This record gives sequence, C-alpha cells and structure tokens, in this order.
Amino acid sequence: MTYFLIFISAVFVNNIVLTQFLGVQSIFDVSKRINSAVRFTAVVALIMTVSSVLIYFIQTLVLQPYGLEYLRTLAFIVLIVGLVQLTGFTFKSISKSWFMNYEIYRPHLTANCVILGVALLSINKNYDLSEYIVFAVSSAFGFGLVSLIFAGIQEQLKLLNLPKRMEGLPIILIAAGLLAMAFMGFVGIAK
Amino acid sequence: MKKLTSNFKNIFLVLTGIILLAVISSSVVHSLVKDKIQQSKEEKLLGAVRKVLPAYDHFDTKPTEMNDGVEVMRMYKAYDKQNHFVGAAVESSSNNGYIGHIDVMVGFDQLGQILNYVVTEQNETPGLGARILDWFKTNHKNQSILGKNASTANLSVRNDGGDIDAITGATITSRAFLFAVRNAYFAFTSNTEQVASAVNLKADSIQTPTNH
Amino acid sequence: MKDSNNNILTKGLIKNNPLLVLALGMCPALATTTSGINGLGMGLATWFVLLCSNITVSLLKNIIPEKAKLPAHLIIIANFVTIAEILIQAYWPDLHDNLGIYIPLIVMNCLILGRAEVFASGHSVFKSALDALGMGLGFTLALTLLGVIREFMGTGKTFGNIVFPGEYGALLFVLAPGAFITLGFLIAGMNKLKKQS
Repeated sequence: MTYFLIFISAVFVNNIVLTQFLGVQSIFDVSKRINSAVRFTAVVALIMTVSSVLIYFIQTLVLQPYGLEYLRTLAFIVLIVGLVQLTGFTFKSISKSWFMNYEIYRPHLTANCVILGVALLSINKNYDLSEYIVFAVSSAFGFGLVSLIFAGIQEQLKLLNLPKRMEGLPIILIAAGLLAMAFMGFVGIAK
Repeated sequence: MKKLTSNFKNIFLVLTGIILLAVISSSVVHSLVKDKIQQSKEEKLLGAVRKVLPAYDHFDTKPTEMNDGVEVMRMYKAYDKQNHFVGAAVESSSNNGYIGHIDVMVGFDQLGQILNYVVTEQNETPGLGARILDWFKTNHKNQSILGKNASTANLSVRNDGGDIDAITGATITSRAFLFAVRNAYFAFTSNTEQVASAVNLKADSIQTPTNH
Repeated sequence: MKDSNNNILTKGLIKNNPLLVLALGMCPALATTTSGINGLGMGLATWFVLLCSNITVSLLKNIIPEKAKLPAHLIIIANFVTIAEILIQAYWPDLHDNLGIYIPLIVMNCLILGRAEVFASGHSVFKSALDALGMGLGFTLALTLLGVIREFMGTGKTFGNIVFPGEYGALLFVLAPGAFITLGFLIAGMNKLKKQS
C-alpha cells in the first residue's frame, strides 16, 4: 500500500470518525469552536505519532515474540496514559498557557478511542512501522478535517428553529449521519 | 477514612501495584482458558476444511505450508478410500480488505475447479464487504466463482479486467477476497504434481498476484 | 439528598440512561449495533466490565491518591476488558469475530470511566455494584434496541430471523450513516419520554 493510498483512505474513503466511529465522543465536544478543534487535533496528532512508534515496538519486540498478545490492551493503555502524562509535563516546562490548554483536553485525550483504535487497526492490517506512522498522522488529519467541518455545522445548527426534542445531540447526530453519507461518495477513489 | 496523599512515591507505588495485579489476573485467566481458545480455533479451521472439500475419505490434518515471501498458504489434501487424490482445501489470506485482514478457505477438486469456499476471518463492513461470505457463491449474473477454474477464468473484479462481478459498493473487499482466492489456486497448482499436469499449468496466463 | 438503593438501581434505565440520556459510550454503540445480537453481546460485555470495575475501584478507593485516579481507573478497567476479551474469545468466538477491535475499545467507554470517577470512588462497594447493575442494564437495553432497529430496517431480520425479505430493507441503516441517524432519533424519542415521566 503506498503511503498516498493510506492517507487518502484514512482521511476520505475510510475516515476513522465517520466510518469507524473512533473519536465520535470527542468530536461533538471539541468541535464547538474552530480554535479548540485545531488545537486538539494538533495535540492528538503529536501523541498519535509518538505513541505509534512505541506501540509498534512493544507489539513486535515484546508481545508477539513472547506470545503475550492478550496483554495488548493493558500494555497499550499504560503506554498511552504515561505518554499523555509526559506530554503534560513537557508542556508545563515550555509555557504556562500551553499547559493550561492541555489540561482542558486531558480527559478527552486519555479516554479517546482514536489512539487505541488506530493502533489496533494497524495491527489488523499488518502495517510495518512507516506505514503505521503514515496511518497515524493521516488519521489525525482525518479527525481534524471532520472536527473542522463539524465546527462549521454546529455554528449553522444554532441558527435553526428545531422541535424541542431534536435540539442538541439528536440533530448533531443526524448531521453526522448525513456527513457520513457524503463521505461515502469517496469510496470509488482508492482504486 | 483518610486517602493517601498524592506524592510521587505513593502514586508510583499504587500504580505499579495495580499494573502488577492486572497483569497477574489477566495471565491467570489466560492460562486457564488457553487450551479452549486453541481448541476453538482448530475446530473452526477443520470445520471449514470439511465444508469445502469434495467427497473424500480422509484428508491431511497437518497442512502443507507454502510461503511466497508475502503470504502464507496452507493446503489440506484430501484422498478417497484407495488413497487417490480427490482435491484439496487451501487456506489463504489478504491484508488489503477495506478494514484489514481476510482469511479464506477454498475447496478445489482434482482439476483445480473451485467447489466451495468459507471466509474464516474478516472484519469488513456488515451488509457491504461482509457479504463476501455468500456473494461469490450466489448464482446471479457473473458473481459466482463456484465451478470456475482459475486456469480458464480470470478471477478478478471487472474493474481490473476480470470476469467476476464485485459486490456493489464493496470493490476493495471483493478485490482482496479474489486475490486470496487466486493465491489459493497458485498454492494448489504448484504443490500437486497431479494437478499441474491435469490443467497444463495454464496458471501463468492469470495475472500474477502482487501485494499492492 | 442521598440516593436510596432502589433509586441507584433504576435511574440507569430511563432518567439517566447512559447512552440515550447521558450520551456516554457512543463510539461502541454506533459501531457494534449492526444487528440485535451484536448490540446485546456488546452490552453484556460492557456490563461485565462495568460491574467488576465499579466494585474494584470502590474497594481500592482509599488507596488511590487523588492525582493518580485517572490512570489507576483506566488500568483497572483495562484489566477487566482484557479478561472479558479472553473469555469471549474462548466461549463465544463468533461474537469475538463480529465485535473485533471494539472489544478492547470498551476501555475507552466513557460510561465505565465516568461511573468509576463519579460514583464508585466515593461510595461503598455495595452501592457501587448496584450502580453498575442499573447503568449496565440501561446501556445494554439501549444498545440492543439500537441494534434491533438497525438490523430490522436494514435487512428485514430480527436476531437473524427473517421478518421481511432483505431486498426491501434500507441498507443504509446497517452502515455508518444509519447508525448516526438512528441514534439521533432514539435520543430525541428518549427526550420526549423523559419529559413526560
């Protein structure tokens, strides 16, 4: 699989949010404003790239050779939590405002299906390290793209005159469904 | 009751302790159930072999493995009562499904004609890619591969110049599936002298499977 | 106002239904409800993890320092998810194939993490168990309902039993867009139900 194909697949054809539902929870919260969407995506991209290297090595050097695949979930969680913590410390030493922003996102980062989901998908597809990294970055990009689109959609939704029961999550979900339908149109691209 | 203070030492100790407990308890459960998992896997595999083979008396329970550097194929040869070769079941796979890995078990008769297949592992989209479970057995237009022989028919999707109609809206999954089927055929022909002569090794006329 | 035991048990059904009211666990809900049986399986697996995790978190609540709560809870949950995955793989291999990567992703289910943080770390083991039972039931019911609707509208089947021929079904319901849309309408319906009760 060429890197370009992996990118196109993760962002459009098989967008991880709209077809695999990874990160759906975060998208609805984070995409309320465009600023937060962009910042969150940047942090997610950073953590995903770093974690992909570490996760790849743990999978190929420890879990697979010693038949410890069943400990995968535990190992990855410890890794992701540690990484999020470490990133927090790094931001703290760089700038106070960076750290403050980071703290707001921390719960969303740790309990986010995206990082773990992308790791599991990579293993399923038998990607090597470089393919995994490309996949991770592309997935973050796909996540960011949908966040941005959603930020725009949520702005528009505020202007609508909706039946009371549809306000809030219901209409957002239906909008997401229509967006997912639109993205299905990309299916023919990856030939 | 007073909670432990949040100093580094306590945090480190508690977390390490919890991780250790987690690893131990998971390992215990795993070792208790390990054999059952292995047993389920074998049953599933052998069940698939039995399902796709032609009428046979016995078959090799230990498969012949073939490795072309990228994929691994496993062939289970079957024989009748007089120990004549009657056909084989070949397990092959592709990593290029829409979601990822697909495992197929294809049953061939002596001449390499496809009798049946079973998809033993896939995570494709339900209602779309997941239809590989029965789509290519359905006798509707040109989608069935049953009764076809890869030496005479081009077992690729139409988009790639082949003879087979892919699942509507699931070309990628269909392509990966057929790739696995062609690989199975290659393993079959290259591994049995009886077959090679019977089909005149027309296998080279088929597009060589490449891992794309 | 302290919650009576009965209250703890029943609030997870309608008033505080994890999926349809609190909007927790949407990721697995959308991904695994392609059929009634898958939704039910996922719900039960999540219920199991929720129960074990709530009990364990409550047992350890005085040992876990404040700052270590999130990592500690996650590791405890990951432990039970691992155990659940091993057991499902052994005894229900078909379900394991159907749910795929979403079994490990139970760890990230905001419901389980949320209950550990909000309830189990501050209440007794008994009450935490009750909370898990109630919330888990509500979640499982919601997931099964979502799965049944999608399967019925999409393929004409209910739990694999054909009700009307598949060709008349709207395939969309089994796919991603259908998941979003069906859940949206279900939540809207739940809003209406809540306001009336």
